[in-house]
Amino acid sequence: MKVAATLTVNGTSYPVELDPHISLLRAVREELGLTGSKEGCDDSECGACMMLLDGAPVNSCSYLAMQAVGKEITTVEGLAGDEEVGPLQRAFLQEFGVQCGFCTPGMLISATALLRSNPDPSDEEIRIGLSGNLCRCTGYDGIVKAVHRAATGDVPALRGAPVHVDATPPHHAG
Amino acid sequence: MTPSFTSASTLDDALAAVASGARPVAGGTDLVVGARQGKAPLPEDIVAIDRLDGLRSLEVSDAGLRLGTLVTHGDIVANADLRTRFTALADASAIVGSHATRAKGTIGGNVMNASPAMDTGGPLLCFDATVTLRSATGERTIGLDALWTGPGKTSAAPDELLVAVDLPAPAVGTGSCYVRLEYRRQMEIAVVGATAVVVLTGGGVTDARIAITALTPTIRRVPEAEAAIVGTSGDADAVGASARAAAAAAAPISDVRGSAEYRRAMAEVMATRAIAAALTRARGGSVAIPASPAMYGAKES
Repeated sequence: MKVAATLTVNGTSYPVELDPHISLLRAVREELGLTGSKEGCDDSECGACMMLLDGAPVNSCSYLAMQAVGKEITTVEGLAGDEEVGPLQRAFLQEFGVQCGFCTPGMLISATALLRSNPDPSDEEIRIGLSGNLCRCTGYDGIVKAVHRAATGDVPALRGAPVHVDATPPHHAG
Repeated sequence: MTPSFTSASTLDDALAAVASGARPVAGGTDLVVGARQGKAPLPEDIVAIDRLDGLRSLEVSDAGLRLGTLVTHGDIVANADLRTRFTALADASAIVGSHATRAKGTIGGNVMNASPAMDTGGPLLCFDATVTLRSATGERTIGLDALWTGPGKTSAAPDELLVAVDLPAPAVGTGSCYVRLEYRRQMEIAVVGATAVVVLTGGGVTDARIAITALTPTIRRVPEAEAAIVGTSGDADAVGASARAAAAAAAPISDVRGSAEYRRAMAEVMATRAIAAALTRARGGSVAIPASPAMYGAKES
């Protein structure tokens, strides 16, 4: 039997009906329709599902959605501003830190948490900090460079039209 | 039955829920992952205890260290006094899972999961930790050797909740270290682990605690290894003899992370590293926390 709950994701409150044992990842993807966060291993190995919960990283595949009620959830959709992707995301583009892109949402969230706790990490600290996130394209060098670049703040605006990020859910099943 | 979830707002609520058959969840990093892996389905009735702020305190005092059950690995690593006085525990918590695991995973959940490969187990055992188990009808305090009865098994009754872990103050002159053999920096489980807590008095080893991890059905201390180093100066020969004794107590299994033969061979290597690093720290030398990557040649951070 589903229970009524409210999840607060990227500053928006969503009233939903939740299976009491559903994972946070499935609730956000399937009930809210925010599909930026990915399911890789569903086993806390790969980090593709990483979100922030009250600012701290969590593998959302292995966390009960009901435990997130009343907390601020941040997904990759929440890292962008209204019109333009954020500086960390621009750094990933500029340093070719994105290949197939499947690990990218988790990498971005993980790097956001890393940079909050350590604003000027060494390459070794970046590698250790992100080693809970797997990139099966093995594009780690670009990712490490991107995080380093974001830490230095040297991330100019992208050329051309702004990259629009639609952070509103395509459908809302609640 | 219909699956249920409640979030306890008081300890009494939580104790009443476990007394009526609910399973507690804090960080979910073992319970939910275990269900995903098919080890055990999620319990029908779950009571979340992660909002019980009274169980979140971490106190370092002259008497020792008291960890509320909800203290996370991240909290343990972040405490400077703890890192200085209970260094091996910080070594262990610093390499549990990834930063996501350490932000959510709790010491109480880690202890009650009773994995023979848990990183904090060896340090807690060597620091003489006791756990306080509370139920709706009372409270008792027992040692970890009485708590852990087998892989994933404890002597706690289903209606008991671990509320605190206590470690007495280490003696003056103590140095400690936990290291593990790992294939990956994070989201890794010990292939083999070793803990050493040594006390140096006037240049000689006057007390030693040595434990092996992922080598026996429950993490255990090895008295023969401890006896081999107490009374020595902690020279290389004594470290070697102690590590060989620790390895001799290994009775490993073969699994996806390593064969029994490999584990047995690596037991002496890891015990040597743990004992040597504990001695270095006891002498005032520097070994980075966590010790494991430092010993693989990573740059100190």
